[in-house]
Amino acid sequence: MFKLKYIGKKFIQMLITLFAIITFNFFLFRILPGDPVKLLARSGALSQESLDRIHALFGLDQPLGIQYLIYLKNMITGKYGISITYRTDVGTIIAERMGNTVALLALATVLIIVIGIGTGVIAAMRRGSTTDKVLLVASMTGWSLPTFWTGLLMIVVFGVTLNVLPVSGILTPGAVYTSTGAMLIDYLRHLIMPTIALIIVDMAEFFLITRSTLVDVMTEDFILTAKGKGLSEKKILWRHALPNSMLPIVTTLALYVSLVIGGAIQVETVFSFPGMGQLMYDAVLKRDYPILEASFFLFATVTLVANFISDILYMLIDPRVKEL
Amino acid sequence: MKILDIKDLSIEFKSKAGMVHAVQNVNLWLNEGEILGVAGESGCGKTTTTLAIPRLLPKNAVITGGEILFNGEDLAAKSEKEMEAIRWKDIAVVFQGAMNALNPLKTIGNQMMEPILLHEEGVSKAEAEARVKELLEQVGIAGHRFNNYPHEFSGGMKQRVMIAMALVCRPKIIIADEPVTALDVMIQAQILELLKKLTKEYKLSMIMISHDLSVLSELCDRMAIMYAGRVVEFGDAKDVFKNPKHEYTDKLIHSLPDISGDRVFTGGIPGYPPSLIEPPAHCPFYDRCERRDDSCLGDFNFTEITPGHWTGCIHHR
Repeated sequence: MFKLKYIGKKFIQMLITLFAIITFNFFLFRILPGDPVKLLARSGALSQESLDRIHALFGLDQPLGIQYLIYLKNMITGKYGISITYRTDVGTIIAERMGNTVALLALATVLIIVIGIGTGVIAAMRRGSTTDKVLLVASMTGWSLPTFWTGLLMIVVFGVTLNVLPVSGILTPGAVYTSTGAMLIDYLRHLIMPTIALIIVDMAEFFLITRSTLVDVMTEDFILTAKGKGLSEKKILWRHALPNSMLPIVTTLALYVSLVIGGAIQVETVFSFPGMGQLMYDAVLKRDYPILEASFFLFATVTLVANFISDILYMLIDPRVKEL
Repeated sequence: MKILDIKDLSIEFKSKAGMVHAVQNVNLWLNEGEILGVAGESGCGKTTTTLAIPRLLPKNAVITGGEILFNGEDLAAKSEKEMEAIRWKDIAVVFQGAMNALNPLKTIGNQMMEPILLHEEGVSKAEAEARVKELLEQVGIAGHRFNNYPHEFSGGMKQRVMIAMALVCRPKIIIADEPVTALDVMIQAQILELLKKLTKEYKLSMIMISHDLSVLSELCDRMAIMYAGRVVEFGDAKDVFKNPKHEYTDKLIHSLPDISGDRVFTGGIPGYPPSLIEPPAHCPFYDRCERRDDSCLGDFNFTEITPGHWTGCIHHR
């Protein structure tokens, strides 16, 4: 009963935040300097009449309040409008790009969680050992590397000097595949470098959080109780230490989701990777309001859902989480 | 009959300043069915000595000498794997500060069933649950609170949960490490009463650690007084309390105000205990003792002066 109430409350909070964000998104782009129609009609030879027509076409001639209401209605009904630069439906453009970004982020997230948390646990259990020290130094280094820089460095080393991996795109241009398997391999080969560039920083962060939390938890009194009961070190880890370390890790996961999107924009730009990040980057340069609004809306939703899920996980992990 | 016999036990801690000789040549034993009290000030080695029995010392502690005989077997020589089978099954611990000794994320029922399911093959969950509920009732907690979490209990209740948990596997020995220290006086009395009752009922042998001599004299059959890593006096509890043979024991007893006696300001003991990095070979209390003389500078010698009463003081009264 309490659980349903808690979930309901968190869900409503999420909707309110989402509404605030889409409202903010609308006004943000109206406040930013630059007129998309002028950018579009760069020649300057366009007659005032044509300019007005284009304004009317995109609904930019309406008062701001009316524009806002239309915008709200469209957001709810899933109409994200026509892209100012691509002249096609924003939904279709995003759908095309989305798949690549989802593949990149999903692969990155799985690797980050498995490797980051896994090495964190190993280091914490062997605190002070050589393994621990090596991992610690490696993660400190990894944590301080800027994503775009590691990306560029890898392009130089693996793409140019060694020439073993493709440096850009998602499929080799002009390639003809004998089977879907061959295409998949080509696709994966294109994913390797962007994924590594993307995960280095976050993996290090998960390592550090997991290690320090677990080291802390292992000094708690209830761990001694567990040992006193005759539990083996493995059982102490799985039954008592890890569950108690989960809260900070879940918090980091929720934060990670919003950070990794920023990382994706950098990585996709560096590797000319046709995904959402690159789309957004181009849209900012071209003041393409519909695409920006739709992708901001999308990323905001993803971040909020991640936070919502972590709130539910808190409740499931910790019985002390109550009326908040 | 001795159920536990600690012979010449020495324990050292590795530290940056050097090896800390936390426990030096300690001799103690526990008879079946009795309660043994271990008293002394903070840092005297009482917790280190007793937690060494189920080998629950931190990783930087090393047993450098001596034996811990339980049922004729030396626990100090056993492997970690062998100890896992003995912990809680034969030797259970009621930990100090029950506030954090329970896992906050698991129900107390689950935590109490854990050792049963671990040590006793063939016991079903339902049987374990029934046993746990019965024990909870025995310590005065309603059985339906089985599914509650630690944060839903008060400090005194958590300590009673800890006591009930120590009994789930019917151990032979219980080590109670300051079981009432964090509790207020009323609850202390309840818990001590409960411990006394349960030791009788379950025919337990118990080692109870405390720095509160009044608690120990009331509860224990025999008593050991520790100072700076050594047992300085050991004997029948009433005897030690009424007829202290070591100057430190005497000072410790007289640091308590007497409710029925004259209203005097209780005397402290000036000075500090010796450094345990380079502990003296002679009586560790020498520096603070009023009765010291040159004869005290010989090696510390723990001897039986009257039947069943041992001390390391050569000026025994």
